[in-house]
Amino acid sequence: MKALLEVRSLVTELGTGAGKIRAVDGVSFDVAAGQTYALLGESGCGKSMTALSLMRLLPDGGRIVSGSVRLGDADVLAQAERDMRRIRGGRMAMIFQEPMLALNPVLKVGSQIAEVLALHQNLSGQTALDAARALLDAVGVPDAARRLDTYSFELSGGLRQRVMIAMALAGKPELLIADEPTTALDVTIQAQVLEVLRGLRAQQQMGMLLITHDLGVVAENADQVGVMYAGELVEEGARDDFFYTPQHPYSRMLFASLPRHPGESGGDSLRLATILGQVPRLDGSLAGCRFAPRCPHAYARCRDESPGWTELNGQRVRCHLAGQLPAQLARETTPPKTHILPAEALLQVQNLKVYFPIRRGLLQRTVGHVRAVDDIALEVRFGRTLALVGESGCGKTTVGKAILRLIEPTAGEVRLGGAALASGNRQALRSLRTQAQMIFQDPFSSLNPRMRVADILLEGMDALAVGAAKDRCNAVMALLRQVGLPDDAGERYPHEFSGGQRQRVAIARALAVSPRLVICDEPTSALDVSVQAQILNLLRDLQDTLGLAYLFITHNLAVVDYLAHDVAVMYLGRIVEQGPTASVLRTPRHPYTQALISAVPSIDLASGKTVIRLAGDQPSPLDPPSGCHFHPRCPHASAVCRSTYPEKTSTGNGHWVRCHWVAGQI
Amino acid sequence: MSAGFINIQPVILWTDGLIFLLTAAVLGFVWFIRRREHLLAPWRRVAKSPMAMGSAIVLLVFVVIGLLDSLHYRPRLEGGAADKPQYAVEVLSAFDALLSNLRTQQEKTYSAPLAMQLYAKEFIDRSGIQVRAYPRLKFGGAHLTDDSERQSDILQRSLIGGVQGVLLAIVAAGVLGLWHARCQSMHPRNWLAAAWRGQLESPIRTVLGVLSALLILACIGAQLAAAYHVFGTDKVGQDVLYISLKSIRTGLVIGTLTTLVTLPLAIGLGIAAGYFRGWVDDVIQYVYTVLNSIPGVLLIAASVLIVQVTIESNPELFDTAAARADIRLLALCLIMGVTNWTGLARLLRGEALKLRTLDYVEAARAFGVPHGRIITRHILPNLFHLVLISIVLDFSGLVLAEAVLSYVGVGVDSTTLSWGNMINGARLELAREPTVWWQLGAAFVFMFTLVLAANLFADGVREAFDPRTGGRR
Repeated sequence: MKALLEVRSLVTELGTGAGKIRAVDGVSFDVAAGQTYALLGESGCGKSMTALSLMRLLPDGGRIVSGSVRLGDADVLAQAERDMRRIRGGRMAMIFQEPMLALNPVLKVGSQIAEVLALHQNLSGQTALDAARALLDAVGVPDAARRLDTYSFELSGGLRQRVMIAMALAGKPELLIADEPTTALDVTIQAQVLEVLRGLRAQQQMGMLLITHDLGVVAENADQVGVMYAGELVEEGARDDFFYTPQHPYSRMLFASLPRHPGESGGDSLRLATILGQVPRLDGSLAGCRFAPRCPHAYARCRDESPGWTELNGQRVRCHLAGQLPAQLARETTPPKTHILPAEALLQVQNLKVYFPIRRGLLQRTVGHVRAVDDIALEVRFGRTLALVGESGCGKTTVGKAILRLIEPTAGEVRLGGAALASGNRQALRSLRTQAQMIFQDPFSSLNPRMRVADILLEGMDALAVGAAKDRCNAVMALLRQVGLPDDAGERYPHEFSGGQRQRVAIARALAVSPRLVICDEPTSALDVSVQAQILNLLRDLQDTLGLAYLFITHNLAVVDYLAHDVAVMYLGRIVEQGPTASVLRTPRHPYTQALISAVPSIDLASGKTVIRLAGDQPSPLDPPSGCHFHPRCPHASAVCRSTYPEKTSTGNGHWVRCHWVAGQI
Repeated sequence: MSAGFINIQPVILWTDGLIFLLTAAVLGFVWFIRRREHLLAPWRRVAKSPMAMGSAIVLLVFVVIGLLDSLHYRPRLEGGAADKPQYAVEVLSAFDALLSNLRTQQEKTYSAPLAMQLYAKEFIDRSGIQVRAYPRLKFGGAHLTDDSERQSDILQRSLIGGVQGVLLAIVAAGVLGLWHARCQSMHPRNWLAAAWRGQLESPIRTVLGVLSALLILACIGAQLAAAYHVFGTDKVGQDVLYISLKSIRTGLVIGTLTTLVTLPLAIGLGIAAGYFRGWVDDVIQYVYTVLNSIPGVLLIAASVLIVQVTIESNPELFDTAAARADIRLLALCLIMGVTNWTGLARLLRGEALKLRTLDYVEAARAFGVPHGRIITRHILPNLFHLVLISIVLDFSGLVLAEAVLSYVGVGVDSTTLSWGNMINGARLELAREPTVWWQLGAAFVFMFTLVLAANLFADGVREAFDPRTGGRR
């Protein structure tokens, strides 16, 4: 079968002179009609640049140096810019990662889609609007006729991404390029969007180029997989072959660094494999195999000679050791814990409420409240980890900040180590600050770019007067060593570090005042898989050596399984299910938890699970649904769910759930 | 405060003091950032921009003149007892001492640039007969016997000046080149070859070009000024070139000291509004909204009148006319500063609102770091680029504002030499036939050069500091 898209030895460079970067270096692949080709790799490997080269939409200073791109019978690189405009959107279309940035906020959704239709199908007026409605129907937007008249900011993230897909489809493209289409979305919404894409591909026989860093998304959607590393394609093969026998050491390490999915055999005592170092800068001369500096199997030849392609029953791989690698990577195991910790609670939260008033009118009267956190009780024991899980907007970060009094709670009681923290009491607040600290999500915004790392670490010690002033410099050195940073790191500025190293600095900052509780707010969600593994291992080691307790706020269930002892699932400001990790993740009882767990893309091809599709999006906490907050999306909802909020139902072993349906079963 | 043996009494006017304070602050700032790589990096980008460096040279010349003109003193009068010296009431500056010829060579009234006769006919006694003719100038072209020699003399002087300028430029280029080659640790010959082909990273060629042009112009000007009034003379016969040069200081004082007044208000109130929000924000916003809705000229006019009345009713406070004019200049700076801070404050408020939600500020709050420390360590350094950009952008606007205000009559004191006063003086004479254009022309040329250089430099600074232009990492 002739391929729809043929890319041959594509080379793309960015910048000029000394700063020149070879972002894409000799990439060749085919995409067949009706099939999905997934480009997989960490950030900075040139995936997006490859896609932009195909569309000829490179940023300023970027140029395609050599290679060929054929779409059907057309040579894309030889087209005049005028003809290229017909190809873009008409024959190949692209959807971007951030739907908010790709839609114009001052135009109605309908007219934006109609604009594309006018360009590529010569439709106008009512015909165009009808066609636009049909497109929205096709991508599963409910109530499509009404949505045509809305603006993009009135839509939720999932709907926006679907509108983007509808726009991309308006030109009836033969090839759809999806650049991280679901990275910015929650898992349940991600499952919806991916399903739409799969359906459309089958229905319209489009070719699809899926760019992602998420192995789970690849496993569920791709037919062919290409792994990119440092601007080169290093492995290529059919999906099943790739997932059963990944050949390149890089691919294998990606698998090994992934915390296992909740439903699968838990690797609890196994440490995550990490890939040392980072993706090399793509400037100047890169001799030999580009992965060699990070590869555990590298030998002399790897450093001198760039490997060519080796065929291995259907798979292609660029590695000198192709086919000779040991079957399994040896993974370290953590020694069993020797700490004997008091079993009582370190942190106790009762009836915590955080309401944000909504003020309107001239006199700024309060007309309502956003109930971000609505009556929550939590307990974290010494040296244990409680994971707080939920989709974005459910209030989990607010819980963390309210406990630390970064947001003033509306009501509730927080007890730390038995001492109550009455509001306004400076002494109590001070003791809270030394005992509980926070690690933030984005390591790029959580470190002041104008301060040296040592100053960043000293800030907390100075403010809380921890230790004697003369010992603090030594303490900084000890901290840096503890989190695995070089000794000279203290003299440098944050921008000199990579994302993973910055997160280490952030962890060191939290540890500087020797807290007993650390609140981790999605500490790994901005990081690549291999770096995420390093940080998770570090957090686990720190817990073992220092006896730290974590309140781990995340949406990533696989991470929860690896790190947490207990899990609490939040939905719309309330905890709907709580219990030991194994119990909650293996035998979830609440319909929301079940849907959440089933929506996580699995890399286990044989799992044969079915995704429980949730209708719609999470409602606004401004006006939560009556009764059980979840009932509008719940497949098991009944009359009682609509009227009264369910009480706790215990299912034994410390596992409880708030659901009428579960209560009825017991 | 007498320095007997040099026969002068130093005078430090208010604006002098502030200017030297400001200079010291700038030098201190330079010393501070010298060893801080992240602060130095954007300045390195400024140093690599040919446009910015070229205009910086022009600005530097203006600044040097302004600084020289700020070293004030009163000369000692002849006679008087040795132990009780008498000093002149007139306050002069180091710059006046350099240009003493220009200052003292006063004509009777208007004369055109490079002329040797007055601009108006007068009755003159020519070998006993009263003739109505253009009288010869006392100084301008006094060495010539006849008008026919004037053109060739001017040409000759220009040529001599030009040659001197070229020679000086070559010497300057040699010194700069050797220094630069040494900095780059290159052999001078290699350096020369690289500079010729434009392969050097720094814009040394532009700098040398601008420097040479300035030197040649200055030498030609000096040659001509020795015998002529290059820009003519004004109503009372004062040399217009001298007035224009003296006006530089006024322009610089207005441009810089006003900013000095603006900054604490804008930074303090802007950050306080953005960081604390709540009622603090409300109060500050109301204040600047109200201030903004009063027409600026009206407010300035009212305040200047009040200051003027105060000065006139308390003559005993000022021992010289210069001190009085100086206080009025300072008052104008203060008033313009107080009416000018709102724009920057609004900008900083918006930025502080954004910064306070960033995680590193939250992290500092989680450590219980006090507000003052958070503002000085986390907020201020991260919006300092905005402050810097607005300082350089505002400078030229303020210089122009002075001209407009003086023209309207609410600007600096009428005895202060300034471009605005020059324009104001030229206003009436523009209706004259033939027109007296040189006062306006000279003021225009100097103001235009300064403002253009400042704007080009500001562009370079903005480009290097503004994160949106990709300057920052």
